[in-house]
Amino acid sequence: MDIDAIPPDAENEDRRFFLKQSMLIAGLSMAPADLLHAALVPDDGPVGNAVKVKVSLTVNGKRKRVTIDPRMTLLDLLREHLGLTGTKKGCDFGQCGACTVHIDGRRALSCLTFALMQHGAKITTIEGLSDGEKLHPLQEAFIKHDGLQCGYCTPGQVMSAVACIREGCAGSAPEVREYMSGNLCRCGAYPNIVDAILEVKKEGLKV
Amino acid sequence: MKPFQYLRPKTVQEAISMATDNPGAQYIAGGTNLVDLMKRGIASPPKLIDINHLPLKKIEHRYDRLRIGALALNSDVARHKGVVARQPLLAQALLAGASGQLRNMATVGGNLLQRTRCSYFYDLALPCNKRQPGSGCGAEGGVNRTHAIFFAGNGFGGYEASSCIAVHPSDMCVALTALETNVVVNGPEGERRVMMKDFHRLSTQQPELDTYLRPGELLTAIEVVDNAFAKHSHYLKVRDRASYAFALVSVAAALQMDGGRIWDARMALGGVAHKPWRYWAIDLMLRGQAPSEKLFQEVAEHEMQSAEATAQNAFKIKLTTNAMVAALKTAAGIS
Repeated sequence: MDIDAIPPDAENEDRRFFLKQSMLIAGLSMAPADLLHAALVPDDGPVGNAVKVKVSLTVNGKRKRVTIDPRMTLLDLLREHLGLTGTKKGCDFGQCGACTVHIDGRRALSCLTFALMQHGAKITTIEGLSDGEKLHPLQEAFIKHDGLQCGYCTPGQVMSAVACIREGCAGSAPEVREYMSGNLCRCGAYPNIVDAILEVKKEGLKV
Repeated sequence: MKPFQYLRPKTVQEAISMATDNPGAQYIAGGTNLVDLMKRGIASPPKLIDINHLPLKKIEHRYDRLRIGALALNSDVARHKGVVARQPLLAQALLAGASGQLRNMATVGGNLLQRTRCSYFYDLALPCNKRQPGSGCGAEGGVNRTHAIFFAGNGFGGYEASSCIAVHPSDMCVALTALETNVVVNGPEGERRVMMKDFHRLSTQQPELDTYLRPGELLTAIEVVDNAFAKHSHYLKVRDRASYAFALVSVAAALQMDGGRIWDARMALGGVAHKPWRYWAIDLMLRGQAPSEKLFQEVAEHEMQSAEATAQNAFKIKLTTNAMVAALKTAAGIS
C-alpha cells in the first residue's frame, strides 16, 4: 500500500487524513478479509515493510509531514529524515540520554518512542534552542565552563539542563547531579556541566 | 525489528476489543520498556495498541482514596500536590527511579507492567525461562549478584530450580505494595480491582508471566486508600551508583506513630524477589512498641531468616537488614 498515493494538501486536511488512515489501519485488523484488506495487506500479515504511515508533527516551530515506516523512532526520524543530526544516537536503548529532546515542552528520550506515536506533538531539538546565531544561555555556559570534551553527549546534556532548570530542580549541586543523572558523559565533564547549570540558574536567565 | 500493525483506539472499550480480537497484540503507553524490548527482539507483538489517547491521565482524591489514572506520567504523579501530601512514600519511590526524561514518558500502568532487567532475560543467546519457557535459568548457576533472595511467599509454592530468580525492577510498586494499593483493571468481562499483593506473580509457576492479568485486560487506574502514614514513611534505595540505576535493595517503610509509640506498620522490599516483597509480620512486631535501633534490628533480622542467598548475592542479606533498619529509623524520626 502506498499511502503517498493520497497526498493531503492543506495542513488541517493532513490531520483528518491521518485519522482516517489510523481508522483504516485499525479497521484492517478488526474486519475479516475483505477486498480492501486483501488488496492492502497480503496474507493478513502485519504492516510495516509494505505500508508506510504519514505523520505530521512540529519540529522547532516548523510543521513537518513525513511518510515513514511505523517502526521508526523519533530519533531516527529527526536524524535520518529531517537532517537534524544535532540529536545524537548513543546507546539507542534509553540508557545514556544523548538523544534527549523536548516533546510538548518536556524532556524525553527520542530513541524510546515511535515517531508515529508523536503525531501532532511539538518537538524541540538542540537546533531549535538558539535564537539564530545567538546561543541559548546554557549553550554559552557550557562553553564558558568547558562542560564537554568530545561533545557527543552535549546536545542531550543541554536539552536536559534546560528542562532541569525549568522543572525547578537546579537549586543546588546535589540536586543538579540527581536530576541530570539520566545524561551520561564518558569524558567525565560532570563537574563543569554542574557549574554551567548552576551559573545559569543563579543568574536567573530565561531558559 | 519485526513489523507490526499500529492501532489507535479512542475509548477503553475499543482498546479492550482490539486486544481481545487480536491475540498477541500489546498495549503501548510510554514505550520506555516495550520499545527497548522490541528493538532487541525480546518482544515482537504483531500489533501495537497505542492507548495514549485514552482518558486515563487524571489524578484525583475521591471519597477516601487517591485515584491515579493508569496513563498518569511518573513525573506528574511524583509532583502532584495531593500525592506528595497524602502519600509521600509513593512520590519518594517514583523520584528514586529512572531519570527525568524517563519519568516524563513512563506511565503508572507501564511501571506496574515493566519486565525484569535480569541480564539473561535480555541476552537472546543465553537460556531464560522467562523469555523462553523451558530453556532454563542462566542466572541460577551464572552471574546472580543482583538476583532474588526471597522465593516463597504467603505459604504458597517454593523455590524451584530451573524456574526464575530474577527480581522485579520497579521502585513505585514497592511503595504501592506497602500502601496496600488497589489496581483497577478493565477487560472483556468488565472492571475488577486487584490488590497489589495479588497483582504480580512469584516465579514458581510460569515465570514467563509477571502478573495475574487476564487476556485483553487493561489497567485503568490505581487507588491508594487514605492512611495515617504520611508523617512517618520513608523509601530507601540502595544501588551500585548514586543515581539512575535499578535497586540492589530497596525498602518502603510506613509507620503510624502517636505518643512515642508505633501503632501501625507496613513494609515492602524491592530488589529481593520476583515481585515486591511484603513483610507481613512487621505490624505485629512493632505495634505498641517505642522505636529504637535495637528493636528495628531484631525486626529486620526476623524477616531475613527466610532469605536464601545464591552463589553471588549473600551480601544482600546483610545489606537488606541494614537498609530495613535505616529506613525504619528515618521513618520513625530517630536517625
